[in-house]
Amino acid sequence: MPYNLIMIGCSLGGLKALPILLSGISRGSVTPIVIVQHRDRDINTAGLLTQMLQKSSGMVLEEAEDKTPIAPSHVYLAPSDYHLLIEQDHFQLSTELPVAFARPSIDVAFESAARCYGSSLIGIILTGTGSDGAKGLAHIERRGGLAVVQEPSTAEQGSMPLAAIAATSAAKVLPLDEIATFLNSLADHGEYKNAFRAAR
Amino acid sequence: MSQNDLIKETNESDQIEEIEIELLLEGIFRRYGYDFRSYASASIRRRIWNFANLHKVQTISALQERLLHEPAVMDQFVLSLTVNVTAMFRDPLFYKAVRAKVVPLLKTYPFVRIWDAGCSSGEEAYSLAVVLTEEGLYDRCRIYATDMNDAVLRKAKAGIFPLSKMKEFTDNYIQAGGMTSFSDYYTAKYDHAILQNSLKRNIVFAQHNLVTDTSFNEFHLILIRNVLIYFNDELRQKVLDLLHGSLVKFGVIALGRKESLKFSSYDHAYEELDVREKLYRRTA
Repeated sequence: MPYNLIMIGCSLGGLKALPILLSGISRGSVTPIVIVQHRDRDINTAGLLTQMLQKSSGMVLEEAEDKTPIAPSHVYLAPSDYHLLIEQDHFQLSTELPVAFARPSIDVAFESAARCYGSSLIGIILTGTGSDGAKGLAHIERRGGLAVVQEPSTAEQGSMPLAAIAATSAAKVLPLDEIATFLNSLADHGEYKNAFRAAR
Repeated sequence: MSQNDLIKETNESDQIEEIEIELLLEGIFRRYGYDFRSYASASIRRRIWNFANLHKVQTISALQERLLHEPAVMDQFVLSLTVNVTAMFRDPLFYKAVRAKVVPLLKTYPFVRIWDAGCSSGEEAYSLAVVLTEEGLYDRCRIYATDMNDAVLRKAKAGIFPLSKMKEFTDNYIQAGGMTSFSDYYTAKYDHAILQNSLKRNIVFAQHNLVTDTSFNEFHLILIRNVLIYFNDELRQKVLDLLHGSLVKFGVIALGRKESLKFSSYDHAYEELDVREKLYRRTA
């Protein structure tokens, strides 16, 4: 089954986990990746996170902007102080109130992606406090997408992975350093098709 | 229920919901004239459900019944769909960029007309009034602050904000390059802060609907920040046509921090005045 989009959600500990995951993804992969990392309003640190993550990825790393088409070989980072929604083949941003104190909210991003991408979506929950992402991952699973969760004991903060496992029925639970290998092993993982055409 | 049945059921209910939303927005348009049919679907779906949950309505069809029969509920619904929580000097660096790059351009005009489109409760218009005052330009400016929503406009006109917000506004003001003390601009009374009349005097608050109304003047600066994000591609393009037709040549348009003119037909009609703060200058 070809996957057209990978969504990653993380909170506290994500900045250490993300480079490990991103650097393990095979160089030939073109499936776009969207990262929703909880973050503060970054008035003075704008761009630093993007720069840091770019070092671990062979794909083009950029912050998602409103109406930007989701393109192959790109890693998109949800900007601070907005909700990130997936609308067909592009991003939609929103300044609605934070959900469970989070903006971007992983639940909001994952649910919108699940509705557009259905079974061609992979959702991954990594380290973090709280339970954001659990409902979103369940939405992905209910629409036939693939749920992946970092093995809580290998996470800097196990609470988000634990909540995600509890909310899903068949999530693939893996130690952080095996997630990239698993993604690489998915048969047609590298086969990118037009995202929205393939969605339904 | 097996996993496959669950997936099938979910896909079906997604499809039903899509139909319900379309019918609801069509019904609202025909009953009340508010046109939300071309709003970006992902966020409007969230807002509809937030409202339905608040009113303990189980389906969007049931919500439709209430909204079509109860205008008072409809008023609340419009508020919940359109109101955006904002702050004075939200994105402080934007106002710094306005001082550095837009104010010098505006100073070349004898009289400056500014349109703050989608002004909500007025925070942005008042922030701009502060900047223009400090730059010695406000006497020659008029800010037209518009919103489709009467209720928020009344709030905006009053210029009264909770005192509890003043710490955030003050922090933002300092980061935005504020020249004096933010407390100079308001009077505290009980638990409210009342903005000075000197800020209000050159702002005209008026109702205008970007979706259904036309251009009403020609402007030197248009602020439309975090508004177009709620529109779908087609409506965004239509509103950009309206804004383009309302901007003088070499006038400036300001978008939100994570918006751009890329992926619109105006990509080449503007030059970037400030890439990071999304200030564009019309060149064609």
